[in-house]
Amino acid sequence: MNDTIAAISTALGVGAISIVRMSGKDSISIANSIFSGKDLEKVATHTINYGFIKDNEEVIDEVLVSVMKAPHTYTTEDIVEINCHGGITTTNKVLETLLKHGARLAEPGEFTKRAFLNGRIDLTKSEAVMDLLESKTESARKLAINSLQGKTALLVDNFRDKIKQLISSIEVNIDYPEYYDIEVVTLEKIKEETASMKQELETIINESENSKIIKNGIDTLIIGRPNVGKSSILNKFLDEEKAIVTDIAGTTRDIVEGQVMLDNIVLNIIDTAGIRQTEDKVEKIGVEKSLSLIDKADLIIVVLNSNEKLTLEDQELLEKTKNKNTIVVLNKNDLERNIELDKLEDYTLVSTNTNDLEGIDTLKDKIKEMFNLEQISTKDYNYLTNVRQISLAKNAYQKLIDVETGLKENLPVDMIEIDLRDCFDILGQITGKTYSDEIIDNLFERFCVGK
Amino acid sequence: MIKMKYEAIVVGGGHAGCEASLAIARKNHKTLLITGSIENIADMPCNPAIGGPAKGIVVREIDALGGEMGKNADKAAIQVKMLNTKKGPAVQALRAQEDKNIYPKEMLKTLKQEKNLDIKESLVEDLMVEDNKIKGVILEDGTKIEADVVVLTTGTYLRGMILVGANKTPGGPHGERDSKFLSTKLKELGFNILRLKTGTPPRVDKSTIDYEKTSLEAGDDRVLTFSYDNKVYYDYKEQTPCHLIYTNDKTHQIIKDHLKESSMYGGYVEGIGPRYCPSIEDKVVRFSDKERHQLFLEPESNVEDDPNYGNTIYVQGFSTSMPENIQEEMVHSLQGLEHAKIIKYAYAIEYDAIDAKQLKQSLESKLVEGLYTAGQINGTSGYEEAAGQGLIAGINAALKLEGKSPLILKRNESYIGVLIDDLVTKGVKDPYRLLTSRAEYRLLLRHDNADMRLRDYGYQVGLINEEQYQLFNKKKQDIETVYKILKENKVTPKKEVNEYLSSIDSSTLKDGITLYDLLKRPEISIENIKHFIRLDYDDEVLEQVEINTRYQGYIAKANKEAEKMLDLENKKIPDDIDYDKIPNIASEARQKLNEIKPTTIAQALRISGVNPADISILMVYLKRRGNDE
Repeated sequence: MNDTIAAISTALGVGAISIVRMSGKDSISIANSIFSGKDLEKVATHTINYGFIKDNEEVIDEVLVSVMKAPHTYTTEDIVEINCHGGITTTNKVLETLLKHGARLAEPGEFTKRAFLNGRIDLTKSEAVMDLLESKTESARKLAINSLQGKTALLVDNFRDKIKQLISSIEVNIDYPEYYDIEVVTLEKIKEETASMKQELETIINESENSKIIKNGIDTLIIGRPNVGKSSILNKFLDEEKAIVTDIAGTTRDIVEGQVMLDNIVLNIIDTAGIRQTEDKVEKIGVEKSLSLIDKADLIIVVLNSNEKLTLEDQELLEKTKNKNTIVVLNKNDLERNIELDKLEDYTLVSTNTNDLEGIDTLKDKIKEMFNLEQISTKDYNYLTNVRQISLAKNAYQKLIDVETGLKENLPVDMIEIDLRDCFDILGQITGKTYSDEIIDNLFERFCVGK
Repeated sequence: MIKMKYEAIVVGGGHAGCEASLAIARKNHKTLLITGSIENIADMPCNPAIGGPAKGIVVREIDALGGEMGKNADKAAIQVKMLNTKKGPAVQALRAQEDKNIYPKEMLKTLKQEKNLDIKESLVEDLMVEDNKIKGVILEDGTKIEADVVVLTTGTYLRGMILVGANKTPGGPHGERDSKFLSTKLKELGFNILRLKTGTPPRVDKSTIDYEKTSLEAGDDRVLTFSYDNKVYYDYKEQTPCHLIYTNDKTHQIIKDHLKESSMYGGYVEGIGPRYCPSIEDKVVRFSDKERHQLFLEPESNVEDDPNYGNTIYVQGFSTSMPENIQEEMVHSLQGLEHAKIIKYAYAIEYDAIDAKQLKQSLESKLVEGLYTAGQINGTSGYEEAAGQGLIAGINAALKLEGKSPLILKRNESYIGVLIDDLVTKGVKDPYRLLTSRAEYRLLLRHDNADMRLRDYGYQVGLINEEQYQLFNKKKQDIETVYKILKENKVTPKKEVNEYLSSIDSSTLKDGITLYDLLKRPEISIENIKHFIRLDYDDEVLEQVEINTRYQGYIAKANKEAEKMLDLENKKIPDDIDYDKIPNIASEARQKLNEIKPTTIAQALRISGVNPADISILMVYLKRRGNDE
């Protein structure tokens, strides 16, 4: 970590100002060499300085340069931030100039990695910073801030503490077997405790998955045959709620049509045009891909034409979405109803009208109800806040199931305790309390540049 | 005839010193054992028992490596019990009540038979050190004895001090003298000196106890031995029992009323006592809501004319530093001991120890080449912990003489490895006791498989002879043969098979199954398997097969975890690393790393105060350094 890293730390393309950030022992001298204004090597720490960025004699941009000297900075190293005003091209040019003068392009997450490695923040905190940056809504922001303040760590530690108590009770029996006044932790007792811990952990995981919804939004699939009114419902949604972003690029969101706000929660609307029986090979691939989305989506809105009887395709679709969070929209209720309602008994139904689309509010209410959104909005935002944490919690949960399996097989307590201990260690990984090589590598790989 | 020059000198004749001197001498090096009192060699000044959870496994490990404690404990056993039998194979451990007269006598006999070992009665008061290398020792009368390696196993005899209430008497429990200046010398050499404390309970005359008011604690109804030699010296039908009693309100009141008169609470003690072995005062104060504390009445010896232990009962759990008159009141408040006669009053003892962080994993000091330490001087408590270290220090001192690299046992191989790694990595604040929970891989460190883990090492260093090693190899072969038999033979869903399985609450068969797979069922034991096939092998052989088959999943998992640790263990940290040159390590971590100088990343990770982030930085630094070279 002796070199100096640089990167654009704001999202490209949006906003009037973009910031190029540099961290490392040469950041101030590198910035100074391309800056015309005050001598940055002589200015006080934590000051903002006005001037121009020049490459040789060519003026690239009019900028404000923040100089922050070690150790009281985000990475604990010298940091320089250049506020550029000139849009994507000039911002890129500024970055290139810095690289030309001795900075190295930062890897994804490298600023935060440095902050972590320099002992500035712990694992949950460094994740929280990333979340804060990416947060789109007020709820998500609160969640990120809570995590930053260590509430996630506290939640995990509290739960972990219970396992610790149980383990140490077992340990004392083992190391002091002839202390007859000490309660013996029987398999029965372990069973009870495990059941209650399992329940608690399950709640944490469930609530955390909700919080994932707060953070990432609800991935919503609108699905149905062509010409049932699917696209008009979609458009109405987007129009009314004013889509906040369109055409988002990214690995999981490359098919997001648009995003709408619903009670502070983002609905990521996913386009599924083309679900129908087809012989065309290319189109078939597209259809299969769309169908596979059913498994990934948090919410599926199936649109049906209430004027027609259910087609084979409709029935297949209903079958596939049976055990999901599904809302069936019976569109065109202004026409005669021919659809077989008795086949839709197991579904949440909403009726809408093609022309003025009355019923869209009912649809929104149903969504809120389904995801308990009102409750989410008023709760303490105190959950595991990202996929890594949640998947570790699920591993820990699996260990508790292993404990139960062992108990069922009547295994001795020394074996049972191994799974309890594993559970304890896994929970420790959430806050970085146990160490393994992979965690840090894996963690920082998924971070993007910037604070 | 005592010469003026030896290859090795061992200072101290306790449990560590006995193992160390025997190991070096048996490896054919001229060795001198210097003790303050030949009569008290291998004395058991604390409780009359060897073994227990974790400790009993250490004794097995000592035996597997070719040490003496297991064999000697078998010779002196008067009551033997396997503990934790209902809690699973990983935590079972043997514990034996020992005859305090026979144990030292037998050990002395063994020492005297060792042709390369001389014994001298004297006190060592100084060390000869040149260019940071040990050259020998200087006795209290100024005699200089040279040696290439020296092992210090001084027990409680570095500025030892006996405390009873406000009374302080320098020396040992039987009036032995202590070494006044050796710890000063160690301090001069750069060792950090700690002051530790331990204590013992009163001993009472066994004929003055009313046993009607106590409950009986007997040994197991079977023959058990520590040593893999399996020589039996006791009749399991004639074991000497212990008895159980409890403290009561009256006892607690007396203690509370006179608390300030105890050495501990009166402020007469400088040393730090063991958390794992609190005095009765501590128990009453710290657990004030407990109505009673249990006490075991343990016989010290069946040899009636032994001057120290002949007729005495050790009141285990009642250790105290109260003045004698209060001890009388306390003892007489106990049920069954109303008229008991105290033969020896309880006492606390303080002594100097060194900071074990100044040792290498081999137990050689980092400060003085060729100087080894083992036992209480390193901050441990317990006979077994002492003996385990003594054996390793002895083996490594001898290997040093031979110009060979030291024997370092890993944490997944032995409790002794866990013990030594904990000591040199973390140091101690209070006397260290082994607990099963200190071992991450205790499923691998079982009572039953100590030989499987360590006998090869014992043979390689030359403490296990050919005959013993052949027996061991035979056992290994037999185990393989049994596996083969079980894997090659099937049972089919015949009527009589299923009837038998039903009769032992095991589910019936639908298809044929190998006996090996059948043994994997948790409810099936090797005895059940014998119902289907003849297995004429030693119980020890069948036990290995049974445990390894039945708990295969868990054992495999533990091995996998251990491998991960070994990976980090293989990431060596060079000796010449300068932590001051690594930027960004937290200052506490930097200080600890500089102090302990871990030899591997795994060891660094176990240092308290060194965080994962520091390890990442260290690894990045090492990698970069490696790239630069």
